[in-house]
Amino acid sequence: MEYNKRIIELFTNPKNMGEMKDPDGVGKVGNPICGDVMHLFINVKDNKIADIKFKTFGCVAAIATSSIVTELAKGKTLEEAEKITNADVAKALGGLPPIKMHCSVLAQQALKAAIKDYREKKTK
Amino acid sequence: MKVYMDNSATTQMDKAVLKAMLPYFNKQYGNASSLHQMGREARKALEKARSDIAKTINADPEEIIFTSGGTESDNLALKGVAAANQGKHIITSKIEHPAIMSSCNTLSKQGYKITYLNVDSCGIVDLKQLEKEITKDTILVSIMAANNEMGAIQPIEDISEICKKHEVLFHTDAVQAFTKVPIDVKELNIDLMSISSHKIHGPKGIGALFVKKGTKIKRQMDGGGHEFKLRAGTENVASAVGFAVAANLDPKVKQIKELQEELIKRIEYDIKDIKLNGPRKQRLCNNVNFSFKFIEGEALLMLLDQKGICISTGSACASKSLEPSHVLISMGIDPVTSHGSIRFSLSKFNTRRELDYVVRNLKEVVEKLRRMSPFKGDKDIKIKEKEWEC
Repeated sequence: MEYNKRIIELFTNPKNMGEMKDPDGVGKVGNPICGDVMHLFINVKDNKIADIKFKTFGCVAAIATSSIVTELAKGKTLEEAEKITNADVAKALGGLPPIKMHCSVLAQQALKAAIKDYREKKTK
Repeated sequence: MKVYMDNSATTQMDKAVLKAMLPYFNKQYGNASSLHQMGREARKALEKARSDIAKTINADPEEIIFTSGGTESDNLALKGVAAANQGKHIITSKIEHPAIMSSCNTLSKQGYKITYLNVDSCGIVDLKQLEKEITKDTILVSIMAANNEMGAIQPIEDISEICKKHEVLFHTDAVQAFTKVPIDVKELNIDLMSISSHKIHGPKGIGALFVKKGTKIKRQMDGGGHEFKLRAGTENVASAVGFAVAANLDPKVKQIKELQEELIKRIEYDIKDIKLNGPRKQRLCNNVNFSFKFIEGEALLMLLDQKGICISTGSACASKSLEPSHVLISMGIDPVTSHGSIRFSLSKFNTRRELDYVVRNLKEVVEKLRRMSPFKGDKDIKIKEKEWEC
């Protein structure tokens, strides 16, 4: 199993890593037993993802997919962001080793969960 | 700076080994089974190598069967003994190398019953359970001499005693222990033992199985009558010569042990929320295995790799399967802590300067990954039931 340059680069210098003060939505997915847990925080303005941050426990691929999903989602409307698939995540990384494809699923699920959380909070 | 601390994976060949091997590639290249002078020359070198290796474990030369390495030795021991003996029960442990685990798996599909002994939290096999599990149908007990992941040295003297009492054959995979732990096969009453060359600064592609005289075993590689009819195939003379030189080098156990103790001490002093996996005392001189809480081993390995430091991980994410290390799990270590484990394995070529460099960089990369982690304390980790196959 070998990672491509893009994955290693993002893993080494991830984008949008960190915490967010008073996020509008939080998505927490994964299971520590499986070795990866992703927390995604979003800030929504005018129905758009104005800011997005992640914190991840996991392998090289888990950190790289976390980073890339934040880049894909940033600035998009919630509807656009919801349409991001795990294949989009993997593609943006230039491909993932087959055994690591679940990391792209995790990233997509984290984004979905954060948007869902935002909507639920809003309707309350 | 490049630092190699993955010597349980493989080692740098010693210069003396390389020098001894070279003539056998293009000068004395005869087939050790040929009758002419070139063949006889090769035979002489091969038999000297056999005898030099035998001496290091107090075996007779004809008890040393050259193989392609530890994996083949393990396969020959288990499958060969199973095929040549009456009885359908084999006892091994939960922390064996995949060569043993996988051979047992094959045998179990052929109708053999395999018992996997438990280990305690330090990774030492349960002797009471061994005694209990032996039945009239048991033909073989196979327990490693020392574990490759966390370095636990197993009580093979006691195991061998139990086996003798019940008249069961005893095999030990001593690939990691060989030369680092003194082993006298006669005194310890060992029937079969696997050893490998490339773990002790010898060439890759050669190992041996010690088979005590009179032990019933069936060869697994069909062909000519090489290796006392136990392993067919043209003898690997150059490698056997290299292996013998490696087996007789000064293992520098004391020097390596000092470095090991220093590395453990420094990591425990410099980094918090860590766990030393494996025993403190009954431990191979070159093994250091730590779990770093809240972060994952593969990520740690890759960041260290970027600093030129070569180590390995028991983390599932770095292997082809995604299950965490079967060794650490069987010691009762939780899956999250298992995921954060890495192994440093030292050799006589490592220096104190390298150690300084490793500790400094380790501290830095652990901090970096912990900044990325959503976990700050044990209370943050909420284990859920498995939602899907990891």
